[in-house]
Parts: sequence; structure tokens; C-alpha cells
Amino acid sequence: MKRRTFLKGLASVGVMGAMGEFGISGAFAADKVKMGFIYVGPRDDYGYNQAHFEGKSAVAKQDWIKAFDEENVPETIEVIKTMESMINLDGAQVLFPTSFGYFPHILKIAEKYPKVMFLHCGGLYDASKHPKNVGSYFGYIDEPVYLSGIVAGHMSKTGKLGYIAAIPIPQVLRNINNFMIGARSVNPKATCNVVFTGGWANPVKEAESANSMVDQGIDVLTCHVDSPKVVVETAEKRGVMCCGYHTNQATLAPKGFLTGAEWNWSKVYADYAAMIKDGKTIPNLVRGGIKEGIVKSSPYGASVSEKAKKHADEVRAKFMDGSMVVYKGPIKDNKGAIVIPAGKEYKQTDIWLESMDWLVEGVVGTTKS
Amino acid sequence: MNGEEVGLIGILFAVLGGAIRVGTPFLFVSLGECLTERSGRINLGLEGNLVMGAMLAYGISYISGSPWLGVLAAAGAGSLLGLVHALLCQQPRVNDIAVGIALMLFGTGLAFFWGKPFIQPTAPHLPAISLGGWSDMPALRAALEINVLFIIGIILAPALAWFFRTSRWGLNVRCVGESTEAALAMGLKVNRVRLLSTMVGGALAGVGGSFLSLYYPGSWNEGLSSGQGLMAVALVIFARWDPVKCVYASLLFGGAAALGPALQSVGVTWGYYLFNAAPYVLTLAIMIATSSAKRRLPGMPGVFSNVK
Repeated sequence: MKRRTFLKGLASVGVMGAMGEFGISGAFAADKVKMGFIYVGPRDDYGYNQAHFEGKSAVAKQDWIKAFDEENVPETIEVIKTMESMINLDGAQVLFPTSFGYFPHILKIAEKYPKVMFLHCGGLYDASKHPKNVGSYFGYIDEPVYLSGIVAGHMSKTGKLGYIAAIPIPQVLRNINNFMIGARSVNPKATCNVVFTGGWANPVKEAESANSMVDQGIDVLTCHVDSPKVVVETAEKRGVMCCGYHTNQATLAPKGFLTGAEWNWSKVYADYAAMIKDGKTIPNLVRGGIKEGIVKSSPYGASVSEKAKKHADEVRAKFMDGSMVVYKGPIKDNKGAIVIPAGKEYKQTDIWLESMDWLVEGVVGTTKS
Repeated sequence: MNGEEVGLIGILFAVLGGAIRVGTPFLFVSLGECLTERSGRINLGLEGNLVMGAMLAYGISYISGSPWLGVLAAAGAGSLLGLVHALLCQQPRVNDIAVGIALMLFGTGLAFFWGKPFIQPTAPHLPAISLGGWSDMPALRAALEINVLFIIGIILAPALAWFFRTSRWGLNVRCVGESTEAALAMGLKVNRVRLLSTMVGGALAGVGGSFLSLYYPGSWNEGLSSGQGLMAVALVIFARWDPVKCVYASLLFGGAAALGPALQSVGVTWGYYLFNAAPYVLTLAIMIATSSAKRRLPGMPGVFSNVK
């Protein structure tokens, strides 16, 4: 135990003793499922971290679950300190370090605490390389993004869409491509401009990108950054439409909000809690999309046409029964090369899609800097 | 007008609009720092004032419903942080740079702590004046949506220059900044002049922050400032401690920051990391170009050359 962890321990014992809870609460709490959540940003950011926090809040309502969390934990040695204090002081049985960059730090301490399950949100877990008490969970959020693309394709008058993204990693590129393929399934001439801001939270650059895009005649904006608030508000201010991401941003843009892609972590976290309660082994890999209830679309905005709603609902039904395949050849990238030949198709679960490094035809942008 | 034609002119408008939108916080912070430095103190803590001002302005605007009350609160908080800086720096053997860094961390930390409840709500924004009504191009009209704070800043700059050049108080500030001994010999209260200059400077930086949260990008969160407060300090050196040149410098930096997103949105997709880094590259280039071991920079307050 590090000196600092030890001191923290002393301090918390002191506090608990003073509150007269020490011992008593321990005995009761023994039956509870104890879950720790760690976020990289503020838990009320209208975005990625809020989505996880909402999931945590939902499970915390159960009286047999004790959930605790810490926000603004950087992807450095800090997260190890947080995880160790959750294990040693709060007695966490399962930890959810939710940020992509936490993974290497999880590996550093996972073997030291074999009884604790470390579940990472993201796609980095590899059963052949990593310890048994590590796992990963993630959702195919590109499915609701595809539906957003359909709605955007119906609603856009100019046929020009805009995507404000943080950095060109596979998960981001897959969302952009799904949005474009969705929109092109409605309007084959639609295009989508992409701006990479270079960081997950850079409000000035996000607002600047949104303004520039609107100046170019783009009339539907969406984004993949930590907090879509600025993009959605700027779109509303400039009188264009927008699709949300991570959580529901409808209240920020009452006029222009179309729909959005949302996480539904409460379902995932409740499932995990139930597994622990029943003494089941936790699977190392949990994946799922609309069908599994891990992701969903935001309710349609008031301006969305009946035709667009009907189309999107039809495709949603196909996602639900598992017959929908987004990556069905022939698909060209935006340089004209054929990436997926005719006749070939990649289902949602295909691992090949998780290493995407190309942008589909119609997207104006490049993955290289 | 079709898409391709809008493209190039679009960049121009975007950079022009961006220069004004992104440049305004730079303008206020640099004017504030200009005043402080002219009195012979460097306040590196203005980043803290900026973030604190942004948070308070947003919070007060949300609670009271009046954005202007928010701007006032930001100015008040900024001047308080300036007061702390000035009081600490008056003590013997206290380094103003170190105090500035401490206050920067203090200000941002406190703002993050108090700002939690204001990340989600939407507060009333500052109004904008449309100067582009004569044009039928939406891009130009958008670029000419000018915020009142920018206009205040534009008026403030020559006023400050006049203040330094002609007014009695301005001359006192300059004298204190040029030579402490001479100012003492003249019977000026050196510490008081510096205290007031730092407070007013801090208040201006706070107002700069209120522009960020109440107009552009117009929301409060912890990643709101990407170091504008720190860059503005470098900008003062670039502007040679001249308030009017601070305006040009701020516009230049604002335009540079708008260049990256503007180019990408018209489809110039190569080198965006490079374009995004434009303001920082500019800062570095300026620092290198203007530094010299042999002579003091033209316009630099005299006391700085003694300490270094």
C-alpha cells in the first residue's frame, strides 16, 4: 500500500468512526453489491460522462447495490490511486473505469486484486493477453447514429451535412461513416463535411467549426466530442438542424433537434449487478446495440417529418431483429477505392469494423493530419 | 451562389468572424495585462481570472436572468483576484510570476469547484448587434454579428492609450513601471498604483471570461478556456505594451484560431493539426523573433529590465 493510500485510509477511518457508522454499516453493507465508477470528465457534461453517471444513478437506486463514483480523474497514475482507494476503502467488487485511456492503468493493478472485476468501457480487451478479472463492455452506438443519418438525409434541404469530431480513431470514423451511409440511403447525393477539432473538449473550436459549416450551407450538424452542448446550441442559434450524441440534448435545441444517439448504460450496469448478486461469472466481453438495449435513439424532435420517422422506425425494426447490415458491399471510400467489394458484408459484430481507418464516399475529410 | 464559390470567400468570412468572436477574450485580457505590466508587475494569473469570470458570469446570469449582472460579477471577481495578487506581491521577496501561477491554479480550481451546478443549465446570453443587415450573404451576416463587449473593447483600447499618454494618472502608472526609484522620488505611492492597476487589469480579464461563457461559445464547462488567458500575456509583449496594438494582435490570434476549423469545413482537409496549432506557433514565433539578450524591447516597462 502506498503511503498516500495509507494516509487516505487513516483519514477515512477517522471520519467513519466519528460518524458512529464504523462496524455497523460494514456488517450491513456486506450483502450489498459494491460498484465503483470512474469518469474522466465532469458527470454533468451533457455528454459521455453524464451518460455513465446516469447509468450509475439508475443502479444506485436499488437498495441492494452500493454505487460510488469519482469524476475528473485523469488518464494517468491518478486513476490507479482512485481504483485502489475504491477497492481498499469502499470494498468495491467491480470497477467501471469508463474512459478509453484508463485501460493501461487497469492492467497495472488488475493482477494485484484478483477478486475485483475491472470492466473497461471500450474495445481494448484481448482474452489471449489480459488477466481473467479484466473485461470490456461497449455498445454499437453507430446503429442509432445510422438512424440519425437517415433522419438527417430526409430533413436536409441542401443535402450538406456536417460532423464535428474530436480525433480520427476507429470508433469516431465508424460513427461518421454510419451517419453518411444512413443519409445516402435516402439522398444518394448527400455529402458530409468533417472537422476534427483535435481534442475531446474544445468548446471554442467546436463553436468555430459549427459556424464555419453553417456558413458553407450545411444545414444538419452532429458531433462526436465529449460534450455536444456547444455544437447543439450553436446549431440552434444559427437556425440549422442538429442530431445529438451521448445523451438527450433535445432541451438545448427545441426548434432544430432531430434525434440523436444515446447510451443506455443503466441497462448494462443493472445486468452486471444482477450477475454479481446471483453469483454468476461475469463475461469478459459484453457488446450490444439497439437490440440488446445498450444504445437507443433520442425521441424525434417536433420538426421531423412523418416520412423520416417512418423510414427510421423501419430500419430500427431491422436492427431489432438482427437483419440489418450497414457495411454491405460495394462500398467505396472517399478517395474512390473499393473497401468492401460487392457481395461481401460485415455484420455489426465483425471485429474488422473496430479497426476502421477510412471514410466512406461522400464524406469530405481525411483521416490523416 | 453555389457551394464552390462560397468556399474561398467563406474562409475569409469565417476568419474575419472568428477574429472578432475568438479574439474578444484575448482583447480584454491583453488590455488588462497591458495596464498591469505598465505599472511594473506581471500578473500571470489572468487565466484564473478569465475562468473565474466565465463561471461567475454564467452562474449569475443564470440565477438573476440578467447577463449584464453576470459581466459585472465577473469584473468584481477579477478585481478581487487582482487585489490578492497585488497584496501578495507587495510583501518583501515575493516573486510576482510565482504568485501569478499560484493564483491561476487557485482561480481555475475555485471556478471548477463552484461551477459544478452551472454546467447543465442554459443561461441568458449577451445580445449581439447585427451590422451585416445590408448584405444578402448569410456568411457575411453571421460574421458581422458583433457583440457589445467587442465594441466596448475596441473603444477601451484607444482610451487606454490616451490614458497612458496624456492623463496624470496614466503618467503615474508609466512612471511607476519605468523606475521605482524615480516614482518614489516623485512622491508616488508605488504599491498603491500597482495595486489599482492590477485590480483593474484583473477586472478586465474577468470581463474577457464573461464573453466566453455568455456569448461565444456561450456555455460554461471546465474545458472552456484553452489557455486564452496565458496566451494573452504573451500577446502583450507582441503588442509592445501598446493598447491599440493589442487590438490588432487579438484579432490576429482570433483569426489564426479560426483558420483550422474554417479550412476543414470547406474541404481543405490536409494538415489540420498544423492549422489548429497556428495560434501557438504564432506565439512561439513571436517570442523567438522578439527576444534579445542585448537590448530591452521597445516599449517594455523599465522595471522589468532591472530584474532580469
